[in-house]
Amino acid sequence: MSATASAPAARGPLLEAKDVVVEYGTRRKPDRVLHEVSLEIAPGECLGLVGESGSGKSTLGKAILGLVPVAGGSITFDGRDITHATGRDRRSLAADIQVVFQDPYGSLDPLMTVGDILAEPLATAGASRAEAKAVVGEMLDRVRLPKQVLDRYPSEFSGGQRQRIAIARALVRRPKLIICDEPVSALDLTTQATILDLFIELQRDTGVSYLFVSHDLGVVRRVCHRVAVMYRGRIVETGDGEHVTGDPQDAYSRRLLMASPVADPALQVERRAAWLALRSEHAA
Amino acid sequence: MTSPLTENIDTRASRRGSTFVRLLKRPAGAVSFGILVLIVLVAVFAPLLAPYDPNFVDLSITRAPPSPEHLLGGDTTGRDVLSRLIWGTQITLWGALVAIVTSLVIGVPSGLAAGYFGGATDRIGTWISDAVQSVPGMIILLIVGANTGNDFNLLMVTVGVFMAPGYFRLTRATVLAVRNEAYVDAAKVSGLSHARIMGRHVIRPVVAPIVIQSALTAGMAMGMQAGLQFLGIGGGTTPGWGAAMNEGFRVMRTDPLLLLWPSLALGISIAALAVLGSTLADVVSVTAPLPSRKARRARRAAERAAAALGEPAVVTASTGAVAHAAVDSAVQIENLRVRYETADGEVEVVHGITLDVAPGEVLGIVGESGSGKSQTVFSVLDLLPKTGSYTADAIWIGGEDVTSLGRRDRARLLGREIGYVPQEPMTNLDPSFTIGHQLTEPLRAVHGLSGAEAKARALAMLERVGIADPPRVMRAYPHELSGGMAQRVLIAGAIAAKPSVLVADEPTTALDVTVQAEVLELLRELQQEYRMALVIVTHNFGVVADICDRVVVMRHGSIVEIGEVSQLFSNPEDDYTRELIAASLDGAESRAELDRAFVAAHAAASPGAVDGAGLAPDPDASTEADRKEVRA
Repeated sequence: MSATASAPAARGPLLEAKDVVVEYGTRRKPDRVLHEVSLEIAPGECLGLVGESGSGKSTLGKAILGLVPVAGGSITFDGRDITHATGRDRRSLAADIQVVFQDPYGSLDPLMTVGDILAEPLATAGASRAEAKAVVGEMLDRVRLPKQVLDRYPSEFSGGQRQRIAIARALVRRPKLIICDEPVSALDLTTQATILDLFIELQRDTGVSYLFVSHDLGVVRRVCHRVAVMYRGRIVETGDGEHVTGDPQDAYSRRLLMASPVADPALQVERRAAWLALRSEHAA
Repeated sequence: MTSPLTENIDTRASRRGSTFVRLLKRPAGAVSFGILVLIVLVAVFAPLLAPYDPNFVDLSITRAPPSPEHLLGGDTTGRDVLSRLIWGTQITLWGALVAIVTSLVIGVPSGLAAGYFGGATDRIGTWISDAVQSVPGMIILLIVGANTGNDFNLLMVTVGVFMAPGYFRLTRATVLAVRNEAYVDAAKVSGLSHARIMGRHVIRPVVAPIVIQSALTAGMAMGMQAGLQFLGIGGGTTPGWGAAMNEGFRVMRTDPLLLLWPSLALGISIAALAVLGSTLADVVSVTAPLPSRKARRARRAAERAAAALGEPAVVTASTGAVAHAAVDSAVQIENLRVRYETADGEVEVVHGITLDVAPGEVLGIVGESGSGKSQTVFSVLDLLPKTGSYTADAIWIGGEDVTSLGRRDRARLLGREIGYVPQEPMTNLDPSFTIGHQLTEPLRAVHGLSGAEAKARALAMLERVGIADPPRVMRAYPHELSGGMAQRVLIAGAIAAKPSVLVADEPTTALDVTVQAEVLELLRELQQEYRMALVIVTHNFGVVADICDRVVVMRHGSIVEIGEVSQLFSNPEDDYTRELIAASLDGAESRAELDRAFVAAHAAASPGAVDGAGLAPDPDASTEADRKEVRA
């Protein structure tokens, strides 16, 4: 098995972010939100990025997507430097890098039918109507939505269904990497579980990689092979998913874990005691 | 939580394509639209409709009164007034059209670009727009008129230029509102060019306001044009209404009718446009029309009549149970039903539930969106929106049945006995008042404390909820606080009056987990310190396990299970409860475990066929050390 284990490494990482710096604010008074952040994602791998609001986890995803400018460092995708790709270069990346956003209400244009939403990326890429229809049909099957949804508008669907539509849109160009920015945090618990299963299944079937941004350790533990913890614009810990979400080494990661309540009264009493101990330790 | 109704009712789809129909359904819309259609028809068919050549002079009808041959009489030089009015319609509309098209062509694309790209594009566009608005338009129009021999079209183009900033600002503002929507980002990631994103996604929400603006602008353009012609500028050979008004004005004392006809035509046109514009704005902004008061009253009367006849209303069985006697409980709800008025009639979202909480007890109400958990709490707090209403056999709070109290007594009781911690800390603080003001006001108004007492109490409460520098926070405005701090402030406000019950609706959902832990710890401490009953609404079973004594599980407006926390987690009776607990991912298999199981299952199904292909990185990747080496 060790041969297959080293296969991704032999091919090299699919995405490599190196010392990435992102600054908001004005040029004279920059507000640095990412401090030289580095990470790698192998083909077919799911890398989780956890942290609290304002930790910079979503910003890193946006930097990879070219939605925020990168002030320093480099981002390499498939051996190609995409740090400052704009215009045509950026648009050509659409075939390889896609996104699923948190808000299933805001990420679908309310005035377009689901069919138009799903076909749009293909039409942009120059696919014919018949080709687009075939691909859209295939992706609807993959996300378990019936063909009838094509003529309807996003507002007619529940949060979970909308997120399936958003996932199908991300898939139609058959990308190598999908940035998932809190894709399940707006969903109900039971819906969340089924959408996570869908993410896993799609990864097994298509070999796509995920950068999975979430604030929920339970979620990243479920879907991610490896996990990076971000705190105040820096990655404080990276490692195997089970370890980081079960027995983290970094002090902040430990506080984060112990602060998440577990759905078991007896265990939660222990966890709360551990959290209180960590808190007083931190305050001291 | 938003009302569960919005889950099922689709306002957009029903609105689609029917805006026009809904416009015509309104009397104001139908009448103004009819008038405008008529005016346009008159303009288009002017050559056929006008009984005479507008410029043909027949001295015999000079200043003639209305007659069967000349319905509106003749003007000062002996031309048929009606014919001139009809032809004038054409030129007036044409002028308005030229002005509007000019405005649209300049204002909309520049507004789109400014709103979408922002930065320098926006600054330059806004600067030009402001500059144009500050130029005295009438003077420029006079200069243009004087230098071009009163070229009518050019004058109307100039009018259009001066009205372009209106379109620019409107478009820019609308685009700014949608520019940061996730679907625009998604379109960028999909590889769409900027032009395509603007053309397909950004421009659509702009269309409706532009149409409305155009109706109003057309009226303004007509007024400007008439004003110019009235001054004798841009008259051309076939005079518009303004020129006719000028002429009528000169002979107003002797022949007032000559001024009346063109003024009437202009007045009616502008009024019709204005009414159409505002009706259109109403129609577009209305989402779900509510049944009229009359219809509601009729329905209630029918229900009462049915009840009087002894016909049972359609009632589902009440769910839930009480654990304490009414006098011993802090809150007891008996058979609570919550209904909402919608366009399609009344919808019941809570179907008769019964529950209670004892003093010093922590009760969790859990459920997914649409379960009715927040509606239940809103009913108890009397916070249902206008379209909602509740009925209950009884709601006991502090030993009193609030359903039997009048509105004022109920408000007083609720204010005294119940503290409320909302879900969104930020939106529940008024941004225009200091924290100190918001904390002391209810203490003074409801609980009759003096200013100094209220301030002392507020400071003490802020200190109690763990705010580091209470005097500074008292002076601060909400935007100066973090979400966690804002929630502490709201908790301070909720407990300041020492209520017997604290109701918290998803108090930690909007917060980070570390802040959530702090807030839960604080709630626990306060609850024990004051021996309050705490009702906490949540969808998070971790929160339930952390703080609750008893739990109510709700689904689709009914209670499916009530139980002690330890029993509910260890031995849930209802399938749905089990499903919810299982979905919470705690103790669920990790990705590595899932992948191992997957490989094992495949290996068992077809031995030898599986080598981990498509499963990269291989979940069986031996040891952690190996993996680290590989990644390094």
